[in-house]
Amino acid sequence: MATARKTKTPGADHKGASGVDLLTYYREMLLMRRFEERAGQMYGMGLIGGFCHLYIGQEAVVVGLEHAIEPTDYVITSYRDHAHMLARGMDPKGVMAELTGRAGGYSKGKGGSMHMFSTEKRFFGGHGIVGAQVPLGAGLAFAAKYRDQGAVCLTYFGEGASNQGQVYESFNMASLWKLPVVFVIENNQYAMGTSITRAKAGTELHQRGEAFGIPGVIADGMDVIAIRAAGDEVVGHARSGKGPILLEARTYRYRGHSMSDPAKYRTKEEVTKMRAERDPIEQVRARIVEGGHADDAALKEIDREVKVIVAEAAEFAQQSPEPDPAKLLTDVLADA
Amino acid sequence: MPVQTVREALRDAMAEEMRRDPAVFLMGEEVGQYQGAYKVSQGLLDEFGDRRVIDTPITEHGFGGLGVGAAMAGLRPVVEFMTFNFAMQAIDHIINSAAKTRYMSGGQLGCPIVFRGPNGAASRVGAQHSQCYASWYGHVPGLKVVAPFSAPDAKGLLKTAIRDPNPIIFLENEILYGRSFEVPEGEHLVPIGQARVARAGKDVTIAGFSIAVGYALEAAEMLAGEGIEAEVIDLRSIRPMDADAIAASVARTHRLVTVEEGWPFAGIGAEIAALVVERCFDELDAPVARVHGVDIPLPYAANLEKLALPDAARVAAAAKAVCYRS
Repeated sequence: MATARKTKTPGADHKGASGVDLLTYYREMLLMRRFEERAGQMYGMGLIGGFCHLYIGQEAVVVGLEHAIEPTDYVITSYRDHAHMLARGMDPKGVMAELTGRAGGYSKGKGGSMHMFSTEKRFFGGHGIVGAQVPLGAGLAFAAKYRDQGAVCLTYFGEGASNQGQVYESFNMASLWKLPVVFVIENNQYAMGTSITRAKAGTELHQRGEAFGIPGVIADGMDVIAIRAAGDEVVGHARSGKGPILLEARTYRYRGHSMSDPAKYRTKEEVTKMRAERDPIEQVRARIVEGGHADDAALKEIDREVKVIVAEAAEFAQQSPEPDPAKLLTDVLADA
Repeated sequence: MPVQTVREALRDAMAEEMRRDPAVFLMGEEVGQYQGAYKVSQGLLDEFGDRRVIDTPITEHGFGGLGVGAAMAGLRPVVEFMTFNFAMQAIDHIINSAAKTRYMSGGQLGCPIVFRGPNGAASRVGAQHSQCYASWYGHVPGLKVVAPFSAPDAKGLLKTAIRDPNPIIFLENEILYGRSFEVPEGEHLVPIGQARVARAGKDVTIAGFSIAVGYALEAAEMLAGEGIEAEVIDLRSIRPMDADAIAASVARTHRLVTVEEGWPFAGIGAEIAALVVERCFDELDAPVARVHGVDIPLPYAANLEKLALPDAARVAAAAKAVCYRS
């Protein structure tokens, strides 16, 4: 997807998105949706084990923000990481093959769903401990500043992690040292099964940096165009040397916390209503049709192309061999 | 050879490596303006400036993780903990973020970082400031753990640690900071994973690390007066442990005493006893004896603290016991 970066072409509509932008967003979000649906199926078939956290419903956040950064910028996130990797331009085959624990996976089968990395694409994981990626992301930004690279680090975390002490330790240092970091809270309303109102004293999460002098921005995480616009603002702030900024993207995950979660802590109606009225992909599709940017046949062609990519990834993930048992003991330490 | 304290040797190691590699920087509480809580970083701020000698807030979890992130991006952080007791706040990042990432990434993403600071008991500082973490970190694949005794080893091992592409736990000792040793002039590197025969002997092996090597050497002197020639092994590295050196010494002496300040359960002595049983059981003429900190939180009262920690007399007594001498 990296090739389609830097949209916002001339001829943009009043919200800043041209037909080309909309079609790019549509294709990228659809790939994530279909990829995750396929991962869910493969999990059900026993081809994927352990924990598997799907991103379905939240696609607008990562797509909108990826278009606001450069390939040389840094990205780090939690365990709900599949879409972040696709957004960075990592190969869907390598991601899916890691889910199946095969040698062709990004971590050669040693990491799994929650632990994938690409130094080439500047994607630094994939972290399984809630909130741990936040100081790590501040450290990536520290390195960018130390080397005067002009790069920023997008540090994603959930609203559940926003209660973690290490998040505030990171806010403090990032602000003190003016680190080029964008803290992105993907507020999907539920920390596993605990709704935001049951776990947070104060639900205006975008305000949580104020005591550290970190400005906060709130954006509709179901609207890719709104996220893109907010992304331009927050990334511009971080890149200009003004220090960290906090973006709260209000979004929603349709599926359970992980594959083992039947999500009984919320009503079916709540999910159905969100899907029917706020779905990020349907919103963009409607805009494309309304604006006459593509006809039904063209959209169907995109659907077909995405389906092929996902099918090839799924096929690769099943055909790739399991890791060679001889690799059990490798990759623990680098040769000094 | 010039004489230096352990404190000066550690400072010189950092200064030399910072001159050599611009990616090396030091961060921690009071490392800059204050010149180090124990003055280990004396003069570094003046030479390298506040871009590379960074005073942190008192937030170990946060700056531990920040250092790991910087290392993932290819910098070479030296993270000082005022003591390793405080590193328990950061231990998730040391283990989950630093030690495991290379494996979890299939070898793709490394973490070249040194976590250093004083470990173990100091003097009269109570239980929360007096723990030995050698066996905690020694337990973890993906880490290297070193614990020098002498100034030349402190310098040579720290320089090697800073150049190593892996996360290193560098355990110092507050009481040793002021001890003086001869330190070779010029470039001095000590490999990680190699023990050192600190004193040769044929009757019993005494193996220890950090301050315990001092107790072992003192005990050897006492034993020599009674006609027992003890061989003292300074382990220097906890992980990887130099099992060959221990086994070779046991093959010479057939008796083994381990010494550490830490607790006995699953401790370094327990690990050495197990490896000797696996490697050279037939060489043993007596059961392995362990001298260690008493299995309690360290007390404050001077007399109780003394009773709770190893000393030369206890090491000598254990050595005589395995030699069946009383």
